[in-house]
Amino acid sequence: MRERDAKQRAKSFDEVNLGYSDEEAHAEAMRCLQCANPTCIEGCPVNIDIKSFIAGIIEGDAKRGVEVLKARNALPSACGRVCPQEEQCEAACVLARKGDPVAIGRLERYLGDLDLACDLEHRCRPDIGAPTGRRVAVVGAGPAGLACAGELARLGHAVTVFESLHAAGGVLLYGIPEFRLPKEIVAAEVEMLVEMGVEIVTDVVIGATHTVDELMGEQGFHAVFVGSGAGLPLFLGIPGENLNGVYSANEFLTRVNLMKAYDFPRHDTPVWRGRKVAVVGGGNVAMDAARTALRLGADEVFLVYRRTEEEMPARKEEVHHAREEGVEFKMLCSPVEIVGRDGWVTGMVATRMELGEPDASGRRAPVCVLDSDFVIECDTVIIALGTRANPLLTNAAPDVELNSRGYIVAGPDGETSKPGVFAGGDIVTGSATVILAMGAGKKAARAIDEWLAGSA
Amino acid sequence: MFPIIATRQLSESVFETTVSAPAIAAKVRAGQFLILRVDEAGERIPLTFSDWSSDEGWVRFIFMRVGKTTHKLSHLAAGDALLDVVGPLGKPTHVGGLGRVAVVGGGVGAAVAYPVARAMAAAGDEVTVILGARNRELLILEDEFRALPLKELVVCTDDGSAGRKDLVTAPLKELCEAGAIDHAMAIGPAIMMKFCAATTRDFAVPTTVSLNPIMVDGTGMCGACRVSVGAKTLFGCVDGPDFDGHLVDFEELMSRQRVYADVEREAAADFESECACRIK
Ligand SMILES: Cc1cc2nc3c(=O)[nH]c(=O)nc-3n(C[C@H](O)[C@H](O)[C@H](O)COP(=O)(O)OP(=O)(O)OC[C@H]3O[C@@H](n4cnc5c(N)ncnc54)[C@H](O)[C@@H]3O)c2cc1C
Ligand SMILES: Cc1cc2nc3c(=O)[nH]c(=O)nc-3n(C[C@H](O)[C@H](O)[C@H](O)COP(=O)(O)OP(=O)(O)OC[C@H]3O[C@@H](n4cnc5c(N)ncnc54)[C@H](O)[C@@H]3O)c2cc1C
Ligand code: SF4
Ligand code: SF4
Ligand code: FES
Repeated sequence: MRERDAKQRAKSFDEVNLGYSDEEAHAEAMRCLQCANPTCIEGCPVNIDIKSFIAGIIEGDAKRGVEVLKARNALPSACGRVCPQEEQCEAACVLARKGDPVAIGRLERYLGDLDLACDLEHRCRPDIGAPTGRRVAVVGAGPAGLACAGELARLGHAVTVFESLHAAGGVLLYGIPEFRLPKEIVAAEVEMLVEMGVEIVTDVVIGATHTVDELMGEQGFHAVFVGSGAGLPLFLGIPGENLNGVYSANEFLTRVNLMKAYDFPRHDTPVWRGRKVAVVGGGNVAMDAARTALRLGADEVFLVYRRTEEEMPARKEEVHHAREEGVEFKMLCSPVEIVGRDGWVTGMVATRMELGEPDASGRRAPVCVLDSDFVIECDTVIIALGTRANPLLTNAAPDVELNSRGYIVAGPDGETSKPGVFAGGDIVTGSATVILAMGAGKKAARAIDEWLAGSA
Repeated sequence: MFPIIATRQLSESVFETTVSAPAIAAKVRAGQFLILRVDEAGERIPLTFSDWSSDEGWVRFIFMRVGKTTHKLSHLAAGDALLDVVGPLGKPTHVGGLGRVAVVGGGVGAAVAYPVARAMAAAGDEVTVILGARNRELLILEDEFRALPLKELVVCTDDGSAGRKDLVTAPLKELCEAGAIDHAMAIGPAIMMKFCAATTRDFAVPTTVSLNPIMVDGTGMCGACRVSVGAKTLFGCVDGPDFDGHLVDFEELMSRQRVYADVEREAAADFESECACRIK
């Protein structure tokens, strides 16, 4: 796929990948063997009928392609961009064995975007079932909640989504940056849900404004789906972490993406624009933070990670893009202290690591090298170590069982310990992926449908 | 949208706004706060509820005009609306069973002290309120406090233009010395809360402070609001805003409150110069 030049894009929030032209999409689709046993489908967590949507492109019937996609995935433009395809559908494509699978994600994005380019009334929309008279509340307008809401609407239920922020999208909106997932795509996908009859109420924190019991009681909802995502950012617990200039990736990305701090002072929310930025972590979130810092004008951005590039959980494409744009990788380093002057960060002390025996996760565990401390000069530190469960909602719903880490315990179809309450996405699994969250939302919607039929 | 029902100017730089927000009004308890956004380009800022009516469906807050957002707010009037209001956020202030309490409200902190003192009195605590301001003009809510069933209301100003010519820590110290209080609650600028906590520490009078770190979401998602309390890092929005004043690292809080001071000043100046011509 064509990309913006690395030097130019490192200063711009415009999308990096430019997407396929019709000709390119057709040529790529033609590489698909239309296997009798399409193994790719197994690789997709929501089992999109990949073979058929590609057939749509091959035969020049984009409309059918979109319909096939949308039957399983309400947000193809988003997933085509952010799914870890190389570990999922594309890894399972027969051509992957030869090292060159069909670019399924890019084709998905191509079709999704074709659909979004149409006026609202010409966009592909699922058939909506006859109204059932049943009302379902969805907590959280992230991928899990939105997918659940879409499916419930399709089944004829009246759905209200409650979102604590001032806009819908969850991490797609406040976490993943514009240059990877343009916000107008998220807005357009949400617009379609509203068109399908889903009501989205922002500025409502379930657990504060209303509790789950009130939703099921005086508010008259017959079932609740909780897709509140993971929450509280983790910090390192080392000295100096509360100096000015130290951010969690969540705060840094929220300021820039949701609050548009890159456009300060036209938008009112500021962000500290460091010249030398150290980002701690090795996942997608760390890559996003590092690349965002470059775009805000940093001269140097270091990525500090305890293991090696091979163990980094981030998508290969993101690692590649980050490196191309000039992020400097400092592998096998672990921060021990953040140092500062007058309350502001001036550097980070790190210790060198080496890889020892494999740990429980099968990855070789990093161990410190004695007396190897060194200082990375920087004026900003962004910590991207992941998140833990947000207790706000669950504190207010004490009868929903949690696991030892505070996540909601849910069965395979999202059922929780409280009758009529279902859950899915990051609040059940911990930080995972967009498509897994959507898959969980959709599954739960079917389970809710059955539950509503049973409790009629 | 959240319609503004009424506004009132309490002093040159302090304003009161009442908005219609029935779902929130039904839930508020003393010590909790809201987060609002004025318009599409607006920042999310936290303000404490100074009053509310669940029957009539409104909430009220009092704010000091300090920067761009509070400037924008101060120009709004009944009939206008706020784009976003979220809440109630934070843990309510602990009231009841405290015994004899001194509630100290400094500056605009009086707005937060008012519902807290009211709730404590209603819960059976014996409440002495100490109000502090730089001068008479900046003193707010005196009449409202006088209408509460307090043990005593002590007013202090820096220049003596109203009440005693003293800092709030002076009467607080006298109460401690006399053994007249079992608990203290301090609400105001960080520096005032710091000195109140230092005052009560010598007498081992447990002291709660209501912190105001910079926030973004107000729901625990971003960590902007983290504060050091004892050996722990806690989040102002979900673990607070009330904390044990004897354990809070106030220097760190004050430093963190200044992160954006320079850029905010420019933004506010830009806005005021534009604004001046718009409201002429
Ligand atoms: C920076 C970043 C980059 C990422 N990159 C990728 C990627 O490239 N590919 C990929 O597949 N995944 C990626 N992920 C992970 C992916 O975004 C998440 O796994 C996914 O968004 C989880 O979806 P969710 O619906 O469970 O939760 P979320 O997206 O977190 O949405 C939850 C929503 O619920 C709202 N909410 C929370 N509590 C309440 C409450 N009490 N009341 C009302 N509303 C509430 C929140 O405001 C939020 O809008 C990334 C994550 C981050 C942070
Ligand atoms: C829990 C809580 C309750 C509060 N209650 C009140 C109240 O009842 N009345 C009142 O006048 N003020 C209150 N504040 C402070 C109020 O939020 C700030 O004065 C306001 O955000 C200033 O915004 P501005 O754009 O006008 O000024 P700016 O120029 O943006 O900032 C001026 C100063 O205000 C503080 N501030 C700025 N942005 C934020 C933010 N997003 N979150 C927190 N602080 C910020 C900073 O210290 C900054 O230096 C409260 C703060 C907190 C955290
Ligand atoms: S949703 Fe993700 S995994 Fe499934 S086909 Fe699309 S890109 Fe592949
Ligand atoms: S496995 Fe690969 S080649 Fe076969 S149908 Fe799927 S995408 Fe096409
Ligand atoms: S304001 Fe974001 S976590 Fe408290």
